[in-house]
Amino acid sequence: MIGIVDYGMGNLYSLSQALKRLEQSYIISDDPSELDTTDGLILPGVGAFKDAMGLLNEKHLSDYLKRYAQTKPLLGICLGMQLLFDESEEGVLTGGLGLIPGRVVRFAGVSDNGVRYKVPHMGWNTLTFVDAQSPLLLGLKPDYAYFVHSYYAELKNRDTLIAAADYYGEVPAIVGMGHVFGTQFHPEKSGTFGQALLKNYLRLVSQKGDTCSCGEEKC
Amino acid sequence: MLAKRIIPCLDVKDGRVVKGKQFVQLRDAGDPVELAMFYNHEGADELVFLDISASNEGRNTMVEVVKQVAAKLNIPFTVGGGIHSLENIKTLLRAGADKVSLNSSAVANPQLIAEGADFFGNQCIVCAIDAKWSPKTGTYKVYTHGGQKETPLDAVEWAKKAVALGAGEILLTSMDQDGEKKGFELNLTKKISEAVDVPVIASGGAGKAADFLNAFEEGKADAALAASIFHYKETSVASVKTFLKQKGVAIR
Repeated sequence: MIGIVDYGMGNLYSLSQALKRLEQSYIISDDPSELDTTDGLILPGVGAFKDAMGLLNEKHLSDYLKRYAQTKPLLGICLGMQLLFDESEEGVLTGGLGLIPGRVVRFAGVSDNGVRYKVPHMGWNTLTFVDAQSPLLLGLKPDYAYFVHSYYAELKNRDTLIAAADYYGEVPAIVGMGHVFGTQFHPEKSGTFGQALLKNYLRLVSQKGDTCSCGEEKC
Repeated sequence: MLAKRIIPCLDVKDGRVVKGKQFVQLRDAGDPVELAMFYNHEGADELVFLDISASNEGRNTMVEVVKQVAAKLNIPFTVGGGIHSLENIKTLLRAGADKVSLNSSAVANPQLIAEGADFFGNQCIVCAIDAKWSPKTGTYKVYTHGGQKETPLDAVEWAKKAVALGAGEILLTSMDQDGEKKGFELNLTKKISEAVDVPVIASGGAGKAADFLNAFEEGKADAALAASIFHYKETSVASVKTFLKQKGVAIR
């Protein structure tokens, strides 16, 4: 069972429909006792970082998600990925979940050599696989993915980078540490590639679900 | 590299796609879901649904259409037409639309752009601008109500204001070129694309694959939209994309 964390930010319908297309059972909830029954979570989100953290704190979900991620997989999508980092400079500097080291910063809108460019980074961009061995990339070839964002993650630790896109500099597109993952693009909107990536996450969750906390399968 | 987007537009009236008659291979060429999946399969990067229903019943039907499309489609889509309030925006986005496009209602109430952007983020709010060259003033004027009403607004200034209010994208239609199939209005497209720092979708005038190339290279557009040339099979999304790839344009 997958849980979609519903903390009041954004459109959960498309994501839930994507899970349905993959014949994945899911619940949508903001209640830790319900989310506890799941084998893995997806943290979606569109909107502002500060509002999102405010809601997660208000609903007592921040601490819950930190605890959850110690033992079970968590996938953040778009703003949901940004929330995984230590902090964001969107609006006022706001602390995040601190599950992956790094800071979320805004696209400058002007390149190093003075060329103005559009913000948000919106549309289909190609991915480069940095850690092709990641379980999220199993069987996948680098492809286009659908991005829409004005802020991106500056990673503290390059080991957490799984795939990147190029938009006037390197943009972390897929990140991961332990079983905490994030995609800056929207897999639910990224055609067959996105669907395959979600499927890989679901597979990882179900394998993890079969594993006892001692690390052995069906102990 | 970020790809240029090709966006087919579907006009929907009372829940049915109009102008879809040429799709003989489809079971039901008026079914928005079937057409959406057809375009997705052809390689469309995004879709726009324009609700041209005149009645409230038709509008309510559109919400159902959006839900059905969102259940099947795995690429982004925008819904426009008849969106007058924050409540309308919420209903459509919650039904699964990725973006809403505001036109006449944004001109009448620019604050609607800000309200929508505050609630759901800038990326969800597209400002659609219908513009027409005015020889009298030597500027492009904004029109509303499906191009029937002239406003005193200058298109370039209005685009800048819409972006300042929170629009995350501009869908720019040239009324002079619309339906002429002689190519996009490159001068207007370039002016607006250079005036704002959000993506601009060129619309109105697509007649052949080369028109898209011009929209991207000369018009500096980030995406290009067309309706009838795709619906009437004068060309296809796939062949336009093949042509653009051969010309070295970044295309998915």
